[in-house]
Amino acid sequence: MAAIVSVKNLSKHYDGGFQALKDVNLDIEQGEILALLGPNGAGKTTLISIICGLVKASSGSATVGGFDVVGDFRQARSLIGLVPQEIALEPFQTVIDALRFTRGLFGKRNDPALLKDILEKLSLWDKKDAKTMELSGGMKRRVLIAKALCHEPRVLFLDEPTAGVDVELRKEMWDVVRQLKADGVTIILTTHYIEEAEAIADRVGVISKGELLLVEKKETLMQRMGMRQMRVELMQPLEVMPEILKPYELDYSADERTLIYSYEANGERTGIASLFADLSKAGIILRDVETRQSSLEDIFVGLVEGK
Amino acid sequence: MNFQAVRSIYSFEMARFFRTLSQSLISPVLSTSLYFIVFGAAIGSRIEEIDGVSYGAFIVPGLIMLSVLTQSISNASFGIYFPKFLGSIYELHTAPVSFVEIVLGYVGAAATKSALIGLVILATAEFFVDFEILHWGAMLAFLALTCISFSLFGFIIGIWSKNFEQLQMVPLLVITPLVFLGGSFYSISMLPPFWQTVTLFNPVVYLISGFRWAFYGAADINIGVSLMMIAVFMFICLGIIAWTFKTGYKIKT
Repeated sequence: MAAIVSVKNLSKHYDGGFQALKDVNLDIEQGEILALLGPNGAGKTTLISIICGLVKASSGSATVGGFDVVGDFRQARSLIGLVPQEIALEPFQTVIDALRFTRGLFGKRNDPALLKDILEKLSLWDKKDAKTMELSGGMKRRVLIAKALCHEPRVLFLDEPTAGVDVELRKEMWDVVRQLKADGVTIILTTHYIEEAEAIADRVGVISKGELLLVEKKETLMQRMGMRQMRVELMQPLEVMPEILKPYELDYSADERTLIYSYEANGERTGIASLFADLSKAGIILRDVETRQSSLEDIFVGLVEGK
Repeated sequence: MNFQAVRSIYSFEMARFFRTLSQSLISPVLSTSLYFIVFGAAIGSRIEEIDGVSYGAFIVPGLIMLSVLTQSISNASFGIYFPKFLGSIYELHTAPVSFVEIVLGYVGAAATKSALIGLVILATAEFFVDFEILHWGAMLAFLALTCISFSLFGFIIGIWSKNFEQLQMVPLLVITPLVFLGGSFYSISMLPPFWQTVTLFNPVVYLISGFRWAFYGAADINIGVSLMMIAVFMFICLGIIAWTFKTGYKIKT
């Protein structure tokens, strides 16, 4: 499928010499949810700000729907909706007026039925005549989403949609994002919460210090980079590590009487079978065995530190 | 050209004006009424006629200009500064609009508001002094030109200001002195020759002089020169705004 957003050799350095983006290349496919994951100050916001027209690139280019974001900014921006990181609303404006205003900015006539539909999906319809300053934080964020959607964009950028948001509201936002994807909107979101990328993204791009380290399908990323751990609980504490077990580089926790074995989940030989055989040879009696997949967080920390 | 966007910005800004109608109108009308009472009635009765016009009537065009200039600047600068302050300006950057639509919307609304205020003050003046307007068309044209060019100027201040102090500084420190020294309350010819020459560097002199000509047919400065000076001022402001948006100065990083 053709990329709906395409970024080529994009760089941004500021006057002070700080380089926010280094030669970033990225294709985003129609209909997917891409999470740009990285620590604070990694360049996530700069990247989407350039695509949306808030920041000028130092070099390189970006297109949306085939339109250059600088040269054909009108066509490109018509396809984009942006939900900013900070809540920025005119306090005295009512919710419905805020939506009408945005729709007008995008050159579209008022469409009461569409606005009603958007507000209903975001559970804001009963607040349509409330001034934005009267709303709770979560509602204000949803108003920002409604504003970003009210000109019917094909690509939605969400900049840290759940930064500083409580757990319940975060889950609610994820549901909203999933619903939007179901409606056919392409979604790019930035986040520094790994669990967020893990929960909703189709693909994950990892950014650190202005570089896009990789972009992969979430599952591939976890499979490729993921390690599994097997925890073996023993009946009796271990006094010395038997010679035969040394090649496995096991971690032993005396308190929990547990041996921990790390292996690559998709390696050709996991070594589990021989480990069990050797445990048995050494006369060690097992009480319980548990394995677990490393999380995106472990992968991410490995990537950023390995760089 | 995205006309829908212009309309959207314009009506949003006008909505703000009507929402705060009492503040928007009462304060300029009240302060001008005080001027009429003090200068027109109390002091004016002891001052001779100037250019064949009673002093009370003489100050009417100058007082309208005083309000219109300060209102144009404060409306336009606040209109664009406030979204910048709130952060909601991101919408303008991410919408398919160029600086032309943004300026038309914001400056158009600011100019409309100050023109309305100017006309309300004109109506108020009728309660205090007797005067006639010789050239209605010229008067309205001057009013419109002034509102537009000073709203453009206010727009620049709003974009360049980093905080509310800076937003207040230019109107307070530059415009008020220029208006007071621009012949609102006196004819330039009443000044010593040296100060008359200095005055010619004050752009407000041309506005007030031209506006007063539209009222009474007499002016300190040739009406053609006045018109030209306003046009020059307006094009300088337009040029600065175009450059600001083109380079992204104070707008984009």
